Amino acid sequence: MGSNMAENHPVGFQWVTEAKLRGARLFHVDPRFTRTSAVADRHVPIRGGTDIAFLGGVIHHILENRREFREYVLAYTNAAYLVGEDFVDTEDLDGVFSGLDREHGVYDDASWQFQDTGDGGDAPTGSAAHDTAAQETHGAQGAAVEGPGPPTDPTLEHPRCVFQVLRRHYARYTPAMVAEVCGVSEAAFLEVADALCDNAGRDRTSTLVYSVGWTHHTKGVQYIRAASIIQLLLGNMGRPGGGILALRGHASIQGSTDIPTLFNLLPGYLPMPQARDYPGGLAGYVAEHGAPAGQRDRFRAHVTSLLKAYYGAAATPDNDFCFDHLPRISGDHSIYPTILGMLDGSVKGFLVLGENPAVGSANGRVHRLAMAQLDWLVVRDLVEVETATFWKDGPEIATGELRTADIATEVFLLPAAAHTEKSGSFTNTQRLLQWHRKAVEPEGDRRSDLWFAYHLGRLIREKLAGSTDPRDRALLDLAWDYPIEGPGGEGDTWGEPDPHAVLAEISGWRDEPGAGRTWLSSPEQLRADGSTTGACWIYCGSFADGVNQTDRRRPGREQSWVAPEWGWAWPGNRRILYNRASADPQGRPWSARKAYVWWDEQRGAWTGHDVPDVDAGATPDAGPFVMQSDGRGWLYVPAGLSDGPLPTHYEAHESPVPNPLYGQQASPTRERFDRRHNRSNPSAGEPGTGAYPCVLLTYRIAEHHTAGGMSRFGQRLSELAPEPFCEVSPRLAAARGLTNGDWATIVSARTAIEARVLVTERMKPLRVGDRRVDTVGVPYHWGWKGTVTGDAANDLTALVLDRNVHISEFKVATCDIRPGRRPQGAALPAYVEQHRRSAGIGEQP
Amino acid sequence: MTTLDPGAWFTPDGEPRRMGFFTDTSVCIGCKACEVACKEWNGVPSDVAGFTGMSFDNTVALGADTWRHVAFVEQAPVGLEWFGEDAAAGTAPAAPSAQDLRFLMSSDVCKHCTRAGCLDVCPTGAIFRTEFGSVVVQEDVCNGCGYCVSACPFGVIERREDDGRAFKCTLCYDRSKGGLEPACATACPTDSIQFGPLDELRDRAAGRVEHLVAAGQSRAQLYGADPDDGVGGFGAFFLLLDRPEVYGLPPDPVVPTRDAARMWRMAGAAAGVLVAGIAALVGLSPRGGR
Repeated sequence: MGSNMAENHPVGFQWVTEAKLRGARLFHVDPRFTRTSAVADRHVPIRGGTDIAFLGGVIHHILENRREFREYVLAYTNAAYLVGEDFVDTEDLDGVFSGLDREHGVYDDASWQFQDTGDGGDAPTGSAAHDTAAQETHGAQGAAVEGPGPPTDPTLEHPRCVFQVLRRHYARYTPAMVAEVCGVSEAAFLEVADALCDNAGRDRTSTLVYSVGWTHHTKGVQYIRAASIIQLLLGNMGRPGGGILALRGHASIQGSTDIPTLFNLLPGYLPMPQARDYPGGLAGYVAEHGAPAGQRDRFRAHVTSLLKAYYGAAATPDNDFCFDHLPRISGDHSIYPTILGMLDGSVKGFLVLGENPAVGSANGRVHRLAMAQLDWLVVRDLVEVETATFWKDGPEIATGELRTADIATEVFLLPAAAHTEKSGSFTNTQRLLQWHRKAVEPEGDRRSDLWFAYHLGRLIREKLAGSTDPRDRALLDLAWDYPIEGPGGEGDTWGEPDPHAVLAEISGWRDEPGAGRTWLSSPEQLRADGSTTGACWIYCGSFADGVNQTDRRRPGREQSWVAPEWGWAWPGNRRILYNRASADPQGRPWSARKAYVWWDEQRGAWTGHDVPDVDAGATPDAGPFVMQSDGRGWLYVPAGLSDGPLPTHYEAHESPVPNPLYGQQASPTRERFDRRHNRSNPSAGEPGTGAYPCVLLTYRIAEHHTAGGMSRFGQRLSELAPEPFCEVSPRLAAARGLTNGDWATIVSARTAIEARVLVTERMKPLRVGDRRVDTVGVPYHWGWKGTVTGDAANDLTALVLDRNVHISEFKVATCDIRPGRRPQGAALPAYVEQHRRSAGIGEQP
Repeated sequence: MTTLDPGAWFTPDGEPRRMGFFTDTSVCIGCKACEVACKEWNGVPSDVAGFTGMSFDNTVALGADTWRHVAFVEQAPVGLEWFGEDAAAGTAPAAPSAQDLRFLMSSDVCKHCTRAGCLDVCPTGAIFRTEFGSVVVQEDVCNGCGYCVSACPFGVIERREDDGRAFKCTLCYDRSKGGLEPACATACPTDSIQFGPLDELRDRAAGRVEHLVAAGQSRAQLYGADPDDGVGGFGAFFLLLDRPEVYGLPPDPVVPTRDAARMWRMAGAAAGVLVAGIAALVGLSPRGGR
């Protein structure tokens, strides 16, 4: 669901193909019939943005038909926990949970907590800060549940136990309701739900696969939560053939969250310190964020080892290991608020590495207008992408909204080396690190991103040398001493830093006076006393024994079916996370067919095909979900999420359909940025909905790569998909007078674009209640530069975010579609405005 | 994708084997990696033209500059309605299923015919049969006469407009010489394109089609696997999920030179008769009587 795997992950799809050849059944639940649907056993079309209704229907089906894997659920989830009496569900508040501050769109999660232990122990904790994302306060481990744990009801009958809270929450997600919300037939829905239930239990498992079709929503986190609930209820987590596969947006995006390019996380999902005083410094930070209490020593070891990697010899116990050098965050500094900060003049400079926001980002026009306000802009890319030239040839120059002479932004375009021109590691979907080697030397002045970051740091440090300003210590104290290789060889000041040295530093070592350096093989060896260095605790061991473990390439046929000697997977080379759940509570495999790791009575140890995902010395009592403080999979999440403890169906921010389930139309916590350049289309119930009657989906196709920098500028791929196009059903084409192969204009409140028309039966109008919903699909790869050019589809979408993770709702919006090309030049904004007003939509911000 | 045993090109006696393609369209995902890999390896020019409106196909057909071509066939049963009149009547639309709407994808390529028309008619010897059984044009010998173009029953071989010479798939003869699979088969992520000894591929394909038919793909069939067909069987054959016409392939291809020998015999006989007749006429001429 939410994935077009065959088109956008074709290489990974070979394994799906192989599974099918071995008898696996493949269902594709997606608004569009794609190349993935073509090779699936069943395609089930649903209306864009209704996945939680579908998944909630599956949860309902499992619970009402008693299809859950009861033994697994009881032992490994929080199903038996009692929720506190203050919690009020969406069933009683017409679609919102207790604790909502409507004005600010934020929840106080105090009422979501589990019932007090009643024995004077700590009440479960974890109130989220209101102006920031949950991750900003809790890290990716989520919030802590401390103390002995809440009271439980192992019979799962107590009305306030999680199991019954779930049942009640999803009571109305019946097959009939799923049909009404999603536009799917009951029979098609039931076929999927039954297939999942039938393929569960001791001997069988199912996998759920999603991609950015689930994450690019105002409620994407809850899509994935809903999938987690299904997989926990059916016992599919931590077992071979189970799990939830998150196919990332492109190569090594997993790596760029592990070693994050995110504003609110440090490497290994440690929370970034907040811009406020931590009493006791590092100790205060550890006490506040290191959850739970029993694992604080470990958390402190991770943070200290990271600080040693950053600051080396300068980090000592006396100066709190330079904890105060770390940047602090003061609020939401994710990409979109930062862009709006440019528009408002508070952000002056912008470094863009391997990204093309002028084409790829939601509401690209806002990005271009914002970049025109900058003092400086640095773009590093393989080619001269649109982001580097918006100031002279962008769409707003054509419309007259921007004039080159008025733009003061100083733009630097720097050449970058491609993946074939540099060595390094990829971390992909399955947490697998694979080293790749440089195939050719980069031509001309192209250099790796590592080269850029290293030499930028070197030059800044040289400029600051001798400074006595305390704020410069954070840079001057850095351990910035990587061996240099590359064209000039050793001694060449401008050479390439050795990427092996970076991986070694990430993995970690221990320096002992007199004993020299020993390489670490596991995070448990990290210490809080400053004796160990390791930049990312989950990657600890990737350079064990001083060997690049990610460079291993033993063929599958020469090792076990788990193939532990191909690359290296975090954590600790485990190929399936939480794999202790592949054994029953006593440690025996659930079945011979699904045996994976198990408790060896005679040796008194965990063993199996994979590295058991338990602490050294753990007994069968160990809970499988080691990243949670209580070792359990959380069906119900009392803290850590911004938008509720249970997934709930809301319509997309823009939807032509009223929410059939609740009075609450869209997510009450979505982050909106209402302003002149980011107007919203009206949704059902608001005046003017008829002006934008169609559902708009934007997406990628196999032929191009994201915003086109790697595909649109060459011949080979441009030839395969030479022009932007939109996909419409024959019915919509007839209704709107659209001709296959001809032009169409697609309009939203943001702008209008033109694209060629592809009329296809694959785009199915869906019946929703008593209406028909038509969908317009538009791949978003094109821009105004390159071998092939055209309008950027994401210019149509609005900037509106999921509050948990600040991701924009690319994947579903509304639009209108008309035959013919769009107005050019100054006539374009006039047309967009006229379309808006003709629908009777009054003034908006 | 599959790694070929380096010894597969030769028999135990050291004789080259007939190598070929088995394109199993039932697992094709239409990614076009084959098209790109082919052009990259063989240095085939790209032709960036406009949007065709033919589903995801913008390279249209095999030709001088397209040696692998992925066809996209969207099959919707006539009268298929997902919403509308039936809903007004209060009946729910049928559950959508792969059976209602099919999206067929197939990577087409030169068939490397057992009886190759292009080879038969080539007057310069530019086209030859390699030791692996493939049919290859030697660029430096081709004189651009174009006889081969009309001799191909599939419309595969074509002259490059700005050059005049004829081009087509070589089964990556250069790679075969070096013990490598053709570029398209190497790039294919799902093993839709399989390369190997032709007899082994035929056995594998027979099993696969049997499996698909048993699984309900009633129209699954092999195309070009029969040595008794009009071109003596293909060196690059296919598993199709429908009749060949659906994919734009001729259902019963015949090499135009199939009857050449018989025709030459008949022509010879006719010529003999003619000669005899002339001779007779000559004999009957007034001058002959002297």
